[in-house]
Amino acid sequence: MNLQEMILTLQRYWAEHGCFVMQAYDVEKGAGTMNPMTFLRSIGPEPWSAAYVEPSRRPVDGRYGENPNRLFQHHQFQVVIKPSPDNIQELYLNSLKEIGIDPLEHDIRFVEDNWEAPTLAASGLGWEVWLDGMEITQFTYFQQVGGLEAKPVTSEITYGIERLASYIQDKENVFDLEWHSGYTYHDLYYQSEFEHSKYTFEVSDVEMLFSLFNTYEKEAKRALEENLVFPGYDYVLKCSHTFNQLDAKGAISVTERTGYIGRVRNLARKCAKAYYEQREQLGFPMLKEKEVNVDE
Amino acid sequence: MNKRDLILEIGVEEMPARFVTDAMYQLADKVAAWLTENRIAFTEVEHYSTPRRLAVKVKEVAETQDDMEEELRGPAKKIAMDEKGNWSKAAQGFAKGQGVLADDLYFKEVKKTEYVFANRFTTGKPTIELLPELNRVIQTLHFPKNMRWGDMDFKFVRPIKWILFLYGSEVPELEIAGVHAGRNTTGHRFLGEEIEISTSSDYPEDLLGQFVIVHAEERKEAIRNQLNSIQEEENWLIPIDEDLLEEVNNLVEYPTALFGKFDEEFLNLPSEVLIISMKEHQRYFPVRDKEGKLLPYFVTVRNGDHNQLQNVAKGNEKVLRARLKDAQFFYEEDRNKSIDSCMNRLESIVFHEELGTIANKVSRIQKHAERTSELLRLDTDTRKTIQRAASICKFDLVTQMVYEFPELQGVMGEKYAKHFGEEDLVAAAINEHYQPRFASDNLPGTVIGSVLSVADKLDTIVGCFGIGIVPTGSTDPYALRRQAAGVLQILRQKGWPVQLEDLLSVVLDQYEEANLLKNERENVYKQLIEFFNTRLKTVMQDMNVRYDVIDAVLKSSIGRVDLLLARAEILVNELKNDSFKEANESLSRVLNISKNLNEHSSNVIPERFENEEERNLHEHYLAYKKVNDHLDSPENVRHVFNKLKELPQAIDRYFDNTMVNTDDEELRENRQAQMALLSKEICSFADFNQLVF
Repeated sequence: MNLQEMILTLQRYWAEHGCFVMQAYDVEKGAGTMNPMTFLRSIGPEPWSAAYVEPSRRPVDGRYGENPNRLFQHHQFQVVIKPSPDNIQELYLNSLKEIGIDPLEHDIRFVEDNWEAPTLAASGLGWEVWLDGMEITQFTYFQQVGGLEAKPVTSEITYGIERLASYIQDKENVFDLEWHSGYTYHDLYYQSEFEHSKYTFEVSDVEMLFSLFNTYEKEAKRALEENLVFPGYDYVLKCSHTFNQLDAKGAISVTERTGYIGRVRNLARKCAKAYYEQREQLGFPMLKEKEVNVDE
Repeated sequence: MNKRDLILEIGVEEMPARFVTDAMYQLADKVAAWLTENRIAFTEVEHYSTPRRLAVKVKEVAETQDDMEEELRGPAKKIAMDEKGNWSKAAQGFAKGQGVLADDLYFKEVKKTEYVFANRFTTGKPTIELLPELNRVIQTLHFPKNMRWGDMDFKFVRPIKWILFLYGSEVPELEIAGVHAGRNTTGHRFLGEEIEISTSSDYPEDLLGQFVIVHAEERKEAIRNQLNSIQEEENWLIPIDEDLLEEVNNLVEYPTALFGKFDEEFLNLPSEVLIISMKEHQRYFPVRDKEGKLLPYFVTVRNGDHNQLQNVAKGNEKVLRARLKDAQFFYEEDRNKSIDSCMNRLESIVFHEELGTIANKVSRIQKHAERTSELLRLDTDTRKTIQRAASICKFDLVTQMVYEFPELQGVMGEKYAKHFGEEDLVAAAINEHYQPRFASDNLPGTVIGSVLSVADKLDTIVGCFGIGIVPTGSTDPYALRRQAAGVLQILRQKGWPVQLEDLLSVVLDQYEEANLLKNERENVYKQLIEFFNTRLKTVMQDMNVRYDVIDAVLKSSIGRVDLLLARAEILVNELKNDSFKEANESLSRVLNISKNLNEHSSNVIPERFENEEERNLHEHYLAYKKVNDHLDSPENVRHVFNKLKELPQAIDRYFDNTMVNTDDEELRENRQAQMALLSKEICSFADFNQLVF
């Protein structure tokens, strides 16, 4: 099964189980959790179910396309369901069968992993899922999002697409993965991996990035003051990515680091609060709609 | 009375491995305690656990609660009866409150006062009616971390999936977090299925049929046996790390051990790196040959049967290969750096906001180490080596390998230092200065490593105390207690001729000079002494030293740690027989009489001695003082103590014939001075007043 078929299979599977199949969000981010379809939608009482692929940028992991496992940008397949269904583990395990992983022929384990995202003031409890010793999925029950108590609890499943594919296709090097009949990951991503790594570590303008961070932060605050949650949140994401770029460049000392993370976190908290209030004013409209149907 | 076995199993989504065993015992203990409290007889309690279940089986649980007959005391007679001899309101109220008739009340004398009493008889209820209350027992299970799920407020370690509850073959009512108790349990996640348990006696066996070894100890033994058979078949050595075995045991319900291989080229990596990659990250057991040399194999334990085991091995090999490739990359990168470039980067790594960077810490350690070397009168070459080692002792903190595996700090430092051409003693000291890392860890082998270790640890302890970070109760975020214990262990084992007080002053000097003490130096010093006293107390408790002995030896200054502990050990042995009691009384007599005397005026003039006993005591005093002044090793403490034991006889004779507080002022002053000096010298061994017979 090539990578494209894998994504299509997962999308179809979760669509059949009541998820909105959404598209990736168009602002740079480090993880699918930061997509407003997870971060904002997991706030408040309204039910929500969504599945999407998220290209996730981690500047610090850039390796000029030379490392078989590390990438500037990898892909996550994200599934969020609120409230967390009773059979969420079974739903997940069945999804693995759909992409050709028969649990009887492997060793699948749920190993404790407590998740924390300091920039989002978010945390949860759950597991990393191991397939024959390899972490293929992060499985989390959100307990806190943007400093607010997550209630009802959202369950989040984050598949590492490249890792799963390397297992399914039995490839050692991520660039050897087949994306679509005869075309490899190398064909599609090698050049951008190289260029982004070079830009991040050698070319990026630190002064400009610092000033961008400040600009984005200011703009996020301004938008939120006008009660514009979504535009405000976009700038929070931009702050976060800019911080990651600076961090990868080694431009932020350890002491300053805590400070910058705190600044992003404050904005995330503001967004969460503003989003909740906005939905509350609207009378939590999704509560009134038919609850998303999740098969037992 | 009729009895039935009881089984209660709580099925959950996979619990954190580290919580399982404790929770298993909690459940068993709490259920047993609840039964006892409710007067329900039973014989045996068995506990079970896997990552997905906690269970308890109680054998021969009585079908009825024991009846209860109680004698209840009410008000005193004079309040219970009015003048006419009728029951007062108070008595009637008491009877009503206890559910008995006023006519059944009677009197009984308690401590010479008559009280009104009532007998109450409570018939035991059927156990089945009481069992639903176990609901509350389950809710009192304590986990380090709990969570919510779905739309519930209820918190538990992980979501509850099922509750199996059987009393004989009956299902008592019970509901938690929307889950109702039933007679079903769930087998292995992939190999088993949901089954009905008809009676509690079927419990462990039926689950085994569903690929769950529910008895935790049996499961652990199964893993141990499997590891042993692989070891024999392959002619290997598979050392079993008990902590790892415990964790692995709580990650599987049906264990099957298997082995995999990795490329021999990775054996070029330091063995510590290989072991940590296997153990910490993957929960593998490393494999050695019979001579103890690491082999390119690993053993892992699958949660399942033998089906497609080669698949599982292959997958695990792939993961380990990727990890080791990463490690190899870090190793090569790090070896292309230089010590200087690493040292420069330490300037931007904060040790503590108020105490500066790691680079600041390193330069303080250098100064502490230099002063300690002086106190120890070390030779010039050793001092030079110490200075070199001190100046680079933290360089590996910025290497990629230590960033990836923080546990390898020091270990990598030693390897890299050698690679960069440092002499062996310097390289070794970089690793040694972290020792002891935990209670039973090795101590630094060289004097260089020891000096650095003490300097580093005291720097952290004193620095933290200086800015008000003092361990209290369960909070000790900088592990200051562990570090203090390490310092004491080193001082004890190395027998350095230095007082702990002097070492603390050395470090305090640096902090004072750097203006980093937020509190008064004197107060910080006092707190430190108190802290180390408490640490020494713990050390002595672990040595089984009696409390009174601990108090006795800690009464004066700490001084040399090795000598202090040796004194404690001698006293413990001495107090095993009663013969010391009299001697102790004599010594205490001196201490008591000197309590309020001014030590400053102490100047004994032998010419003023009036009797032979004064002279005799003075000679014994001088003899004892002489050996005490020259005390330089724990072995000699015995010698000092023997001399001390000669004192009591002289003291007794002295008091028989001498009046200390005599009217003659000159005489009195001289005698008081003699007592004060003697007392001081005795106290330097121990405060004998503290000893209890």
